[in-house]
Amino acid sequence: MAVIESIIQHYNHWIMIFLMVSGLYIVVNRGNMVKKLVGLSLFQTSVYLIYITPGKILGGTPPILDDAFTVYSNPLPHVLILTAIVVGVATLALGLALVVRINEAYGSIEEDELFANGEDGT
Amino acid sequence: MSLEHLVILAICIPAVGIALIWLTGKSPDRRETVTLVTAGLLLVVVLSIFPQVLAGARPEVRLIEVLPGISLSFAVEPLGMLFATIASGLWIVNSIYSIGYMRSNEEPRQTQFYMCFAAAITSTIGIAFAANLFTLFIFYEVLTLSTYPLVTHKGNEEAKRGGRIYLLILLGTSMVLLLPAIIWTWVITGTMDFTPGGILAGKVDGLTLGLLLGLYVFGIGKAALMPFHRWLPAAMVAPTPVSALLHAVAVVKAGVFSVMKIVVYIFGLEHLSASGQNQWLLYVAAATVLLASLVALTKDNLKARLAYSTVGQLGYVVLGAALANSMGMIGGSMHIAMHAVGKITLFFCAGAIYTAAHKTEVSELDGLGRVMPITFAAFTIGAISTIGLPPFGGAWSKWFLALGALDAGQLAIVVVLMISSLLNIAYLLPIPFRAFFSKPPKDGKSEAIKEAPLPCLIALGATAVGCFLLFLFPDTIFDLIKSIEVPAAIDVPSEQVSDG
Amino acid sequence: MNSQLPALQIVLPLLGAVLCAVLRKGNLAWGVALVTSLAMPVISGLMLQDVLASGPISYAMGGWAPPFGIEYRVDAASGFLLLLISLIGAVIMPYARLSIAAEIAEQDVPWFYTMYLLCLAGLLGIAITGDAFNAFVFLEISSLSTYAMIAMGKDRRALLASYQYLIMGTIGATFFVAGVGLLYSMTGSLNFVDVADRLAEVGTSRPILAALGLITVGMSLKLALFPLHVWLPNAYAFAPSVATAFLAATATKVAVYLMLRFMFSIFGVSTTLANLPIGEIFVTLALAAMFGASIVAIFQENVKRMLAYSSVAQIGYITLGIGIANQAGLTGGIVHLFNHAIMKAALFMVLGAVVYRIGSVKIDALAGIGRRMPITMGAFVIAGLSIIGTPGTAGFISKWYLAVGAFEKGWWWLVFLLVTSSLLSVIYIGRVIEVTWFRPLSKEGEKASETPLSMLIPTLILVAATIYFGIDTSLTAGIASKAADALLAGLR
Repeated sequence: MAVIESIIQHYNHWIMIFLMVSGLYIVVNRGNMVKKLVGLSLFQTSVYLIYITPGKILGGTPPILDDAFTVYSNPLPHVLILTAIVVGVATLALGLALVVRINEAYGSIEEDELFANGEDGT
Repeated sequence: MSLEHLVILAICIPAVGIALIWLTGKSPDRRETVTLVTAGLLLVVVLSIFPQVLAGARPEVRLIEVLPGISLSFAVEPLGMLFATIASGLWIVNSIYSIGYMRSNEEPRQTQFYMCFAAAITSTIGIAFAANLFTLFIFYEVLTLSTYPLVTHKGNEEAKRGGRIYLLILLGTSMVLLLPAIIWTWVITGTMDFTPGGILAGKVDGLTLGLLLGLYVFGIGKAALMPFHRWLPAAMVAPTPVSALLHAVAVVKAGVFSVMKIVVYIFGLEHLSASGQNQWLLYVAAATVLLASLVALTKDNLKARLAYSTVGQLGYVVLGAALANSMGMIGGSMHIAMHAVGKITLFFCAGAIYTAAHKTEVSELDGLGRVMPITFAAFTIGAISTIGLPPFGGAWSKWFLALGALDAGQLAIVVVLMISSLLNIAYLLPIPFRAFFSKPPKDGKSEAIKEAPLPCLIALGATAVGCFLLFLFPDTIFDLIKSIEVPAAIDVPSEQVSDG
Repeated sequence: MNSQLPALQIVLPLLGAVLCAVLRKGNLAWGVALVTSLAMPVISGLMLQDVLASGPISYAMGGWAPPFGIEYRVDAASGFLLLLISLIGAVIMPYARLSIAAEIAEQDVPWFYTMYLLCLAGLLGIAITGDAFNAFVFLEISSLSTYAMIAMGKDRRALLASYQYLIMGTIGATFFVAGVGLLYSMTGSLNFVDVADRLAEVGTSRPILAALGLITVGMSLKLALFPLHVWLPNAYAFAPSVATAFLAATATKVAVYLMLRFMFSIFGVSTTLANLPIGEIFVTLALAAMFGASIVAIFQENVKRMLAYSSVAQIGYITLGIGIANQAGLTGGIVHLFNHAIMKAALFMVLGAVVYRIGSVKIDALAGIGRRMPITMGAFVIAGLSIIGTPGTAGFISKWYLAVGAFEKGWWWLVFLLVTSSLLSVIYIGRVIEVTWFRPLSKEGEKASETPLSMLIPTLILVAATIYFGIDTSLTAGIASKAADALLAGLR
């Protein structure tokens, strides 16, 4: 019983792990370069949760100093993840830009087709 | 000028020579003058150090500390003094010879040739005067690298293949075996200095000592101990002056010299012979001597025969080191000198034959002695000296080696020495015999052959005379090497010098 | 003024990057990049001097005191790295103008310098920061600009290489930030020193080990530890020569540094090595890299790619030092970080010069050019000898320390593997030397002549440095030894 309880209590971790693994799976398994980027974003998102979910305290309020509130949620993770999201967006943008250029140069964004012609540099 | 300055000068002169040869490369006359002047200066400097070392001085120069406790430094001791004298003395003779050989064979890229030669001599002197294993190792590798362009000088496929074997075996053994041995020694003893009496005594014993000895002697691939001798015949694709100086004198002698130096100053003769770990090396060296002589018998190519002969003769020096007693050491060290002069004569003659008659095989030499009497007379002298018969220098070194073997109670080794001398006769003497007494082939060409160019003749004449002089005056070498064991009575000069 | 140096180290290149982007003129942008790059070693040199004289510098960014604000912290290890990065950056900039002009379309040139300065700022930032999340941000700044730089390569395969690197690099960085997140949730701090202190109280628990694992894997991806190196050969082979030289010298080294920081100073040697078999794993993977990558390098037709594989092998030596994890071994790893940076930058710069002259780095195209470009190819020979580890060059010093470390640990077999692997580098370096000097001139080679001075002199400076640091090691090995002491002092 205690095991199930602990599993349920840590449900946020399960979501994280699910997102992380499915993201990685897409990156590894999909040949389409855009889909790979989607997977990458999913993977990054799971990490945002690692920061944000422990920062939230049940019943806590935003950290506004007031006598009425005594329990605050930690604001720092949110700030950090805001930065991480910006980084993630930049990565995605750059990745998509590269895919556009690859499409222009090769006429395809499927890895199978690209590497089939010995384009891996050898 | 103090003794220390002279030591530095000895290293610097050929190094500066490299730059000057490069600068004067456009004009062959000036370039060759620079080479000769550099060689001459070097010889003068080395000879001016010689008597002081003989008198007991041991100058030391510490240049820079590369790693904590490990410095680039030089120290002159008898073995190194002997080696440096041989190398610098023969460089000047060889330079004269090179000028004749390179010009008359119209070899390309001569500036590069002379530069690499000077670089090789610089590193040879560096090896001779190295004060510790680290310095020795640096110059050892520089010597390999600076001679690589000489081996591949011809630039054809065969030369490149020879160069590859040369580089892989020499670099390979030194990096894979010698370097770990040096580091191991450093980790165990905390020092790398060549110290009279050795540094391993009391620290390493038994099988480990034997293993370390194995790493050193096989790691020094230049000593051409079987089975790491393949590079030496491969290097014979080089022009003959290269074969003569480097593969009969500087490079291979750097190898056996390093073995000798390490046995004497790192292992310590007493420690090594007491441990009994020198036994296997004795057998390996003896086997090298015999096998190489047998292989030499089968070679028809003159240079290849001489190369295998060199492998065998190097075995003698290693044998001397492996005996690990006083007589063995003296015999081995003396053989460095005797064989150097003898073998360079033989190579000079081989080059002279190639230059004059364009012949490379022993079987083509019939009757050539009649048109090239001087060359073949010198060849005979070199051969007799190499075999070890009086009245030439080689007799002494073999005599002392035999005494060393008796001292060590190794009768088998004495027998090996005798058999190998017979084999030497069998593969060397037929060559001049053929040249003088066989009838020349009747193709009408051999009458047109003349003696080699004058510079070549001067050089090979000089070394042939050298073989004889070494027979008359071996006592200097004897005294010099002997002073390793008996610390010279006069310790004062070295102190005075270090003040100055 | 002196007290603001840590901030200037980062702010100057960031501002320079903006300026380059605004100027939109190739030569002006180059001027800005040159001035900024030249200022960097001055700053890092002054800081290192301070550190060596009077201990670590701590700088509170924006006046917020650590551990709440972001701390910039310079000690022997980070100061050494800062100096390395800024020196390479400074040497490479005078070289860049001609090479970049030849390899990149004119309208892209200012962008290249923008990206270059951003990358420089990012790399310096990783080295200087004392804050885990800030390290991630700088990591991504340098990575994103690197992807852009690689994509600017002439060959269309550069795009694919850049994309591959982007995927792998982002995964690595995300692993890293996930590990940092776990650390944060366990300790409530991001400041390196603070985290280290609090970890001592928290002890070793599963999330801590998970964090260590995530950070190690993430950084291993970034530093191209075998077998996570697959992004590297193509990225290096197809990037513009200047970018390759700069990245090969610095990017992987910074990742090594960050990993060392976490493994040794933050988690502490005991946590890292006692609870997880990281030492053994690193030695195994390092050996796999040293042999595997070297063997692959032997069979490359593209010399740039060959050197890229050689980099993977050389990174193996660095990680080997981490795996050996005693004073001498770690010193060897750190000093190789510096030495390899110098010699690999020199080699890639030689290839850049070859590209500039004959437009190809295929091994057949290089045939015989040694006689046409003797000084340039002579530089290749010397830097190549250093890769091999010939005594008298910098590469020898690193291998010496590594071997001493292995012997002291009683791993004598490792010494023999170490030296045997250098034999493989004799083959691949020797092959290039033989082709360039002893083969008849190739068709492409007929265009070749000696490299222009502005490219030649920076290359020669680095080559001279490989020899200098092979003989006088008081700067490199001295500081590396101090850094190793400092890292191992975390041993609790």
